[in-house]
Amino acid sequence: MANIYVANRQIVKPGDLLAEGDDVIAGSYTYKVGSKVYGTVIGLAEVKENAVSIIPLEGVVVPREGDLVIGVVVGVGVTNWFIDIRAPYKAVLNASEAVEQFNPLTDDIRKYFDVGDYILAKVLIFDRSRGPVLTTKAKGLGKIVEGVVIDVKPSRVPRIVGKRKTMLEVLTSLTNCSITAAVNGRIWIKCPNSLLEDIVVRAIRKIESEAHIPGLTDRIRKFIEDEKRRVGIQ
Amino acid sequence: MSSRPTLIKENGLRHDHRRPDELRPIKMEVGVLKNADGSALVEFGNTKVIAAVYGPREPPAKYMLSPEKAIVRCRYHMAPFSTIERKSPAPSRREIELSKVIREALESAIFTELFPRSAVDIFIEVLQADGGTRTAGLTAASLALADAGVPMRDLIAAVAVGKVDGVIVLDIDEVEDEYGEADMPVGMMPSLNQVVLLQLNGVMTREEFDAAMDLAMKGISEIYRLQKEALSKKYMLYTEE
Repeated sequence: MANIYVANRQIVKPGDLLAEGDDVIAGSYTYKVGSKVYGTVIGLAEVKENAVSIIPLEGVVVPREGDLVIGVVVGVGVTNWFIDIRAPYKAVLNASEAVEQFNPLTDDIRKYFDVGDYILAKVLIFDRSRGPVLTTKAKGLGKIVEGVVIDVKPSRVPRIVGKRKTMLEVLTSLTNCSITAAVNGRIWIKCPNSLLEDIVVRAIRKIESEAHIPGLTDRIRKFIEDEKRRVGIQ
Repeated sequence: MSSRPTLIKENGLRHDHRRPDELRPIKMEVGVLKNADGSALVEFGNTKVIAAVYGPREPPAKYMLSPEKAIVRCRYHMAPFSTIERKSPAPSRREIELSKVIREALESAIFTELFPRSAVDIFIEVLQADGGTRTAGLTAASLALADAGVPMRDLIAAVAVGKVDGVIVLDIDEVEDEYGEADMPVGMMPSLNQVVLLQLNGVMTREEFDAAMDLAMKGISEIYRLQKEALSKKYMLYTEE
């Protein structure tokens, strides 16, 4: 017998009793004691039949293997770079994962990436015993040379992307900007002009602060259309 | 104060006109500091405490790390201006001990095993002290942790009970602590009905202890309700727009 005490998208807090019953499945950010399921973070409840999980509203995101991240180079070694990816762990990017045929004797590693550079990378290896190892060997990965990168709360990235990328679709189609949202809470925005760039940044800030309120996609669509009209772009 | 004040008056009320089972007016606010990942301000009457949480993050020194769980570092500190007579800002014996008991209480609530090789830093600063600072600090720290999105088993609500003039009273203040017979801070995870902090300074009989514990639980359930309310309020602001 499953008793679920929360509604879908209801705000829950740590220690809230979410559900009770032996067949209830405790999803992410919840835990089970006996037959009772409790929440562990502040977030929105997600109920699917007899499974309960929480979409967190705060907190750090620990990236997983295969995730796209935007990092900042914070250190340079002989054959590797140290990258800050806004996680509790510092990431490593080996030269062999960024440059073909890198030879530290003849080549200067700083020629490729230097301290302060933003890079788009993928998490190659990450387990609990060592820090994440990145790679830039794929299409579109590497140094970010144009546009802007803004920091948002990592917990808001799923909302900025939206279900089946609906929100991202609204942002890109209305502004002609290209937007890359990395799971670690960094958003790379490339726009045709600075007026559109400003609108996109403000729209993302709006998503960030209103992530828990339903009907967000429509509000963002209206916001962008209103702003475009106000600054006279059609 | 030269002579001992009357703590329980003839009409049964306390020196500040509270009933024995009455809390002081409590105020809580979440997200008060921008730079911290999570923060909270808690007031129990004249006691005013602010807490800030950073992390889980990379700690400054690798030797502290544990390969299987996040380490929790906690600093309880009283501001030099928090007391009537200036308090030296250097950490005292008492503050070091309180940092440890508060850290241990919080460690039992946080899922530290989710973030191996990282550190969670908790800072508790007492802005104004009027008794019950450790319980107010613990209450604030657990709110700040929730605000930072650190996964935990439950919020921790804490309150101090005591015995003054032979009467068991809830939420004792500075005067009652100084002239009373016993002081017992209690911290709990109310949903799970687990005690995470329990200290007793003074003398109580077995019966008095049981009565004090019951009274503490009553106060804690009220504080717990206020904590949940304070957390909701941060998100209500946006909803009303």
